[in-house]
Amino acid sequence: MSEPANRTHTLRLELVDEPGELLRALAPIAENGGNLLSIFHERGSLTPRGRIPVEVDLECPPKQFEDVVGALRDAGVTVIAADAEHYGEAVTVLLVGDLVASDLSGVLASVEECGAASVVDFTLTDEPGVDDEASARLRLAVEAGGAGDALATVRDVAAEKDLHVVEPLVGDA
Amino acid sequence: MKLAVLGAGAVGRAVVDLAAEYGHTVTAVADSGSAVVDGDGVDSEAVLARKRDEGVVGDGDPAHALSADYDVLVEATPTTLGDAEPGFGHVRGALETDRHVVLANKGPVAERYDDVRALADESAGSLRFEATVGGAIPVLATVEGVGPSRVNAARGVLNGTANFVLSRMAAEGLEYEHVLAEAQDLGVAEADPTFDVDGTDAALKCAILANVLHDGGYSLADVDVDGITSIPPSALDLAAEEGRTVRLVGEVTADGVRVGPRLVPEHGTLAVTGTTNIVQLETEHAGRLNLSGQGAGGAATASAVLADVDRLP
Ligand SMILES: NC(=O)c1ccc[n+]([C@@H]2O[C@H](COP(=O)([O-])OP(=O)(O)OC[C@H]3O[C@@H](n4cnc5c(N)ncnc54)[C@H](OP(=O)(O)O)[C@@H]3O)[C@@H](O)[C@H]2O)c1
Repeated sequence: MSEPANRTHTLRLELVDEPGELLRALAPIAENGGNLLSIFHERGSLTPRGRIPVEVDLECPPKQFEDVVGALRDAGVTVIAADAEHYGEAVTVLLVGDLVASDLSGVLASVEECGAASVVDFTLTDEPGVDDEASARLRLAVEAGGAGDALATVRDVAAEKDLHVVEPLVGDA
Repeated sequence: MKLAVLGAGAVGRAVVDLAAEYGHTVTAVADSGSAVVDGDGVDSEAVLARKRDEGVVGDGDPAHALSADYDVLVEATPTTLGDAEPGFGHVRGALETDRHVVLANKGPVAERYDDVRALADESAGSLRFEATVGGAIPVLATVEGVGPSRVNAARGVLNGTANFVLSRMAAEGLEYEHVLAEAQDLGVAEADPTFDVDGTDAALKCAILANVLHDGGYSLADVDVDGITSIPPSALDLAAEEGRTVRLVGEVTADGVRVGPRLVPEHGTLAVTGTTNIVQLETEHAGRLNLSGQGAGGAATASAVLADVDRLP
């Protein structure tokens, strides 16, 4: 059997703004047989969470691409999107409750820590006239098929912090 | 067929009112404190008038209705949790004497399905309960037609009060309490709407659906339940900005049974408005079936009861 042809893939990563972060993110790619083609490092633009978005083009045999993504996630690198077929789902959830007291950024960090999802966007609204209540909308990027795990994490974190979750209904037309 | 109607609330009264039109004879009616029994058929109009004017259906003891001459017991007493009494006792009484039972009361089939099933298996009478899930909507008949084992999942909006509240809140930007009070004024919500807004009523219906789809084993305790009381207008606004809205959705899947507020596409199939109910069935060979309509109301629910009577062997 001949070697499977290399294919070009695009990864979108989110990096913490610290020295050495970029190198740390690129290492798993090379280690898993990925050949770097280009790196687009948008230094000026930050994600809502204050992170730096980085786009990486690489080539590797199709089968190895999953290893690359897996190794990145294992190394604690946030993979927002991996190719069209890996883009997975964007999942929106609402959180309701005393979001200030419950330390929203801690909630977001816990959601990301589990590795199943990364928070790509969030919006917070105060409930007028109600001091200790607010609503937040979180948009999560999850791997294809990973929505269930990501939502389970959100549920657990919310329960811990005494927040209500309004989950999306997966599969509704 | 001869019907004994237990319960003279919105549903029981509508059954008494419509029975003749469906070709049946009402031989007994009972409420919590009285009964009327006549083997040749009670005078429906007179019974309903007496209930309206005096609050009783007759001069007899309610227990007499159970021992009357009838073919089908129509059980329309209040839905209760746990032991599901008095409904369960009525069901037992009828099945043990080989009579058919048609339920509007959710309690016996939501909380004690396996017990009820066992009684029905021992009885020459049969058991039907279309009206308990989705009121007038023929959900269970459709499941029966498709075959329960060929329905992989069911989900839907199964409580009209909660749906009315959520859809009004989203449309008008109004607070939960405000809309609930309005719903009570309109007669959409009961004086005590607790079970509607805390998800219990939808959860009972989901437990019944799960029992039908998975051949028993479920009660309210097996349902993961959350209600709508903590949804503020700001959450609905955030949802609307993304073309979504919130509905109290019940789900029965291979993974379990749950009821809770969920984000759905604003113009999607499940985002029914007002008191409308909808059930989606995911079928093995026929894709998705959507069934929607009136989930409550005396006449609507009575029509499901009487359709069940017509399906009896
Ligand atoms: N309403 C709906 O749209 C709807 C839809 C689907 C299913 N259901 C179910 O159908 C059932 C009836 O609903 P509903 O709206 O008609 O309820 P309801 O208005 O509360 O009426 C209940 C009736 O049951 C009577 N009752 C109570 N204990 C009794 C006993 N031990 N023996 C005989 N009768 C007794 C009551 O008597 P009194 O009149 O003396 O109080 C009343 O007439 C409930 O289980 C409900 O969950 C209702």
